[in-house]
Amino acid sequence: MNKKLLLGDEAIALGALHAGIKGVYAYPGTPSTEITEFIQKSPLTAERGIHSSWCTNEKTAMEAALGMSYAGCRAIVCMKHVGLNVAADAFVNSAITGVNGGLIVIVADDPSMHSSQNEQDSRFYGKFSLMPILEPSSQQEAYQMMAYGFELSEREKLPVLLRVTTRMAHSRAAVEVADTAQELQALPFAKDPSSWVLLPANARRQYAALVEKQSALQQLASAYTRLEQDGPEKKLGIIACGIGYNYVKEAEEGAGGYHVLKVSQYPLPKDKIQELAACSTEILVVEDGQPFVEEQVPAMLGAGYVVKGRLTGDLPRTGELTPDSVAAAMGKASKRYFETPKNLVPRPPALCQGCGHRDVYTALNEVVKEYPNARVFADIGCYTLGALPPFRAIDSCVDMGASITMAKGAADAGLFPAIAVIGDSTFTHSGMTGLLDAVNDRANITVVISDNLTTAMTGGQDSAGTNKFEAICLGLGVEPEHVRVVVPLPKNMEEITRTIREEIEYNGVSVIIPRRECIQTLNRKLKQQRKNQ
Amino acid sequence: MKTDIILSGVGGQGILSIATIIGEAATKSGLKLKQAEVHGMSQRGGDVQSNLRLSDGEIASDLIALGTADMILSLEPMEALRYLPYLNKEGWIITSSAPFKNIPNYPEEQALIDELKALPHVILVDVDALAHEHNMPKAANVILLGAASRFLGILSVEELRESIGRVFGSKGEAVVEMNKKAFDIGYAAADKQG
Repeated sequence: MNKKLLLGDEAIALGALHAGIKGVYAYPGTPSTEITEFIQKSPLTAERGIHSSWCTNEKTAMEAALGMSYAGCRAIVCMKHVGLNVAADAFVNSAITGVNGGLIVIVADDPSMHSSQNEQDSRFYGKFSLMPILEPSSQQEAYQMMAYGFELSEREKLPVLLRVTTRMAHSRAAVEVADTAQELQALPFAKDPSSWVLLPANARRQYAALVEKQSALQQLASAYTRLEQDGPEKKLGIIACGIGYNYVKEAEEGAGGYHVLKVSQYPLPKDKIQELAACSTEILVVEDGQPFVEEQVPAMLGAGYVVKGRLTGDLPRTGELTPDSVAAAMGKASKRYFETPKNLVPRPPALCQGCGHRDVYTALNEVVKEYPNARVFADIGCYTLGALPPFRAIDSCVDMGASITMAKGAADAGLFPAIAVIGDSTFTHSGMTGLLDAVNDRANITVVISDNLTTAMTGGQDSAGTNKFEAICLGLGVEPEHVRVVVPLPKNMEEITRTIREEIEYNGVSVIIPRRECIQTLNRKLKQQRKNQ
Repeated sequence: MKTDIILSGVGGQGILSIATIIGEAATKSGLKLKQAEVHGMSQRGGDVQSNLRLSDGEIASDLIALGTADMILSLEPMEALRYLPYLNKEGWIITSSAPFKNIPNYPEEQALIDELKALPHVILVDVDALAHEHNMPKAANVILLGAASRFLGILSVEELRESIGRVFGSKGEAVVEMNKKAFDIGYAAADKQG
């Protein structure tokens, strides 16, 4: 064994490598990105030929990983919580087919929306898909859960969902790790090949078997769940899920005073919940994310048993847990000696100086001024920051790819000009199908694919469509004379604004591609070049 | 013994490198540590902070509770003040006095400095000016660490200084020496005030 200082994401990555994975499949998304990046940089990856290049989106990632499992090898899929919405079709059905080689789906939720559009809790996905769920409380546990999860997956022949939140993904601690990685042979193909063919007759049989498995899965979760009873007398019982356990321990300060049930595996074990209830006066549920456990517990206990948590207001209904909110729910007062001075102002993030998106918005704003009804439907990426001053250039940002399709819908309703702004990586992730809809309907929209040759917001990962955008747009049926490429630089402002004006005036689908490399990746490249000289 | 530190600044200033050096020193001396970092969109010139917790015993929470931080270590004066509610009664603020003005409504500079000076335990160092003066523009963050080194308690000045060699070792002896010099400059600057 040796000790390494690892982010939660890195502990997961190393755990997966040591458990003998043959591949990681992922699309970047905060706070999950570092899992794949760690595997890409590991010497083991090159040594053993482990697949680690980025996928076009979370759905292609999920399906490829399922294929790897079909072929008998261990695989992981990584994504942020909203990525699971994109992968959901494959994810839910993978519980019906079951797996061959072990498969762990790692989803990083982002309560408090540090870098996200919502606070959805992936445990709900695991529950309605009837999949076992793991939720580590520490970096060490995250590392160990990979080997544990793969064994669980292969024994139960099911994919396993491993759910973390931002503070687990992006917090560093020392982790005891193995010295070597397992070397595994591919498992033979599944005995019953029909389980992979989800015709209704097969799917019904598989689904019934999955439902049948649930009590066994609950027993496994029960065996993993630990009740820390503090003496024989009745007192407040706390269900501490995932990293919620750490905040409870922090508030307890080693002094006890509570019965604590540490929950890190689901389906929620009814027997352990009842055991806690029997020795407690009432129950407080401490969970990061939405009230997933809190909603289930009352049905497991007798009527009138008091269950407290986010739904009752004992913990805030929204946002991530903090040591202070948990301490308050446990009846402990926070300390506070100094107040923030009143003259402080927020410092929001901004587009980098010299970024091509800046020039795109400068040009767009100038043209849009001329059309009082113009609306700009934007998308997910650095360029979403165009919503903030000084640009205030966009009217919407909803989900990956929604710029093109919302512009189309608005144009269908008669809005003119309807302009979409989407980044290169977001376009290949979820924009291409929408563009085909627009072409097929001859929608009157102008699409700006602001191409900086990378997936910039998550730190500059490869972008799936680099060097292919004109070909993709032409292939989808956009008229060649309405696929226009410009270089977003202040000196080209006249040409860019003229191009935008012309394409707005064209009645049909036009695509403008302002293309200039992200200055962050460019600077990194130049620095590397200087180093190599 | 435990020491809880809030590191703060503006995205891109280099607070995570400071955390790396402290973390290295802590690991080397057998301390436990937890460090919550900020990644993603807020790194684009927004306010960033990291919670760094060191202890000779187990550490439970990744985040520091209100009123319990032993130190706010900041590369920007307004960003130091932002986390005041986390500081404990006897805690120290070690901050750069040079404002980073990338927003149009940055408050009046003197008012911020006055707010800081009114607090009981504050070291203000113009690390940008010192870095410029000594021709080491990229080492402002290590100058700040040097200024803080005497107040960390759980780690000695020498332990911190030594970890610079291990963290920057792969970049060559010249980089290590420059950063050690930056550390010493920061130490001396704080010494004049403390």
